[in-house]
Amino acid sequence: MKRIAGILLVALALAGILWADTALSINGAGATFPYPMYSKWFDEYHRKNPNIQINYQSIGSGGGIKQVTEGTVDFGATDGPMNDEQLKAFQEKHGSGILHFPTVLGAVVPTYNIPGVEASLNFTPEALAGIFLGKITKWNDPAITDANKGIKLPANEIVVVHRAESSGTTYVWTDYLSKVSDEWKTKVGKGAAVNWPVGLGAKGNEAVTGTVKNTPNSVGYVELIYAEANKIPYGSVKNAAGVFVKASLAAVSAAAADAAKEMPEDFRVSITNVPGKSAYPISSFTWLLIPEKFSDAAKRDAIKGFVKWMLADGQTYAENLSYAKLPKEVVAMELKAIEKIQ
Amino acid sequence: MTSTTTTVPSAGPVAGSRSFLSRLREGDEIARVITFLFAASVVLVTLLLVFELWQGSVLPRHKFGFNFFRTSVWDPIFDQFGALPFIFGTTVTAGVALLIAVPLGIGAAIFLAELAPARLSDTLEFFIDLLAAVPSVIYGLLGVFIVVPLMREYIQPGLKNTLGFLPLFQGPAYGVGFLTAGVVLAIMVIPYIISVSREVLLSVPRDQREAALSLGATRWESTWKVVVPFARTGIFGSIFLALARALGETMAVTMVIGNTPTISASLFSPGYSIAAVIANEFTEATGDLYLQSLIELGLVLFLLTFILNGLARLLILLTSQRGSEMSHV
Repeated sequence: MKRIAGILLVALALAGILWADTALSINGAGATFPYPMYSKWFDEYHRKNPNIQINYQSIGSGGGIKQVTEGTVDFGATDGPMNDEQLKAFQEKHGSGILHFPTVLGAVVPTYNIPGVEASLNFTPEALAGIFLGKITKWNDPAITDANKGIKLPANEIVVVHRAESSGTTYVWTDYLSKVSDEWKTKVGKGAAVNWPVGLGAKGNEAVTGTVKNTPNSVGYVELIYAEANKIPYGSVKNAAGVFVKASLAAVSAAAADAAKEMPEDFRVSITNVPGKSAYPISSFTWLLIPEKFSDAAKRDAIKGFVKWMLADGQTYAENLSYAKLPKEVVAMELKAIEKIQ
Repeated sequence: MTSTTTTVPSAGPVAGSRSFLSRLREGDEIARVITFLFAASVVLVTLLLVFELWQGSVLPRHKFGFNFFRTSVWDPIFDQFGALPFIFGTTVTAGVALLIAVPLGIGAAIFLAELAPARLSDTLEFFIDLLAAVPSVIYGLLGVFIVVPLMREYIQPGLKNTLGFLPLFQGPAYGVGFLTAGVVLAIMVIPYIISVSREVLLSVPRDQREAALSLGATRWESTWKVVVPFARTGIFGSIFLALARALGETMAVTMVIGNTPTISASLFSPGYSIAAVIANEFTEATGDLYLQSLIELGLVLFLLTFILNGLARLLILLTSQRGSEMSHV
């Protein structure tokens, strides 16, 4: 009896391996910021289509671009669009291009820890650029106090906290600072990793949150969802129309709607500092990076199917997880762009 | 023993007098070849490592040359890379760590080996071995949650108020920085120093102690003037081990050093170490020059370890010569 049971077990195990093999497995890697959203989507999609299994490693935007260019994954994901040089590198290596598909939107917020200050602070672009350039060094600098009448700010030194590793969050933050400050643009520039004029580096959104929480008189920047999940204070930022806006899903959607009117064909657009009155100025799309040509037809159809589902049903999951949905115009454009995948 | 008629198989010079075949049959030759291969693999891995690092860093070596060691800008946007702040940070943190850990570690080892009752010594040794096996990320967390706040609230203000006239202890107290990284590293390497030094001290022959005591030395005199000098080489070995670990430590350092490439006389200043910057930036380094500069940093760390180890060995050589001269007097 035991022997028969043993043989049966082995047979079952073998069948399991063979059966698992028939399911189509697609691999992706990249941005950490949309990871909670993506894992929810891939899970739901697998439940609806049990024969398709999408695996995603959140190794960071830079890593996503690198791996999809090298062809080690089927698709990538990034918080900052690929630049022309990277697109060219992909074209040269694969003989065909790569497409950007916006999936959801997020915001980056200035977070701070000033003992004795409970109120939510207002930040002007000049104040943010000045603090991160190391020119504004005290909390009671007029550049900060003028926008915060009625709040008593201490004469303490500001401790700046930034990301230590390269990250999409840093890309969005420095993209914004480059737009509002010429000095930032020429001295530091925008990128996933920059040469910071001042401050302490911490690895990951969590570590920045932790360092700000533990260091009196500090200021840092994190993704909106991290600030909300950790219940840390974050400030409003003055947008291009001159209104102080606190980051929220509605304010991020407003920024996206503004940008949607002039969305370029390839979706590589920055929506920081857009003109709308209710738009939060440090917002960004996050993108899937999908090659134009697939040698494996089954994989191609599965990815196309997923993107279609993500643009329709998938979007309904976004707000529960604190991500802003795509504007309708962008969804319509993306549905057309899917046909470019061959 | 030197005659060829001996039938006792023995290793060393005598073995040479027997035929190769008989040595092969008896297994000596096989054992020799196999163990030689094992030993050679160490050299092979080292050479391979240097070769790979050298190959992987062609671009920055050509673009920056020796300026890579002299400049302190690390700017991925404008493609400027210099290793100086990282070399500085690695050396300073390891230096601080050894300054704290060596006296503490050797002192503790002397107590455990010479002065403590055997039972207490064995119990403590168990705890020390436990500490040596704790993963470094745990020490990093300990640093973030305990050492950093302590530094910021008490130790750094305290040092500023008492020794603040020294440039070493000036500037704002962030909590993170060279000093904190050095302290956390010291906590990490002390178990190595204690554990190895204690073993070495325990292996000093009994006659040495008895001879000193019989000449009228006190217990402490026999320990300090006879036993410790006898065990000197082994104790230095434990310090090498500690130095190597301090230079290469990544996770714990990156959590408490502040991750800012700076060169500053103040130990309160945030800094950066080679291992930490590689760990932080390698996975997401885009652009060939950026990636290869990180690889060249790896090469620099290798060189740095090589040079510091060499210097330490030189130091031993000098002190042990002086020691033997003194013993002749």
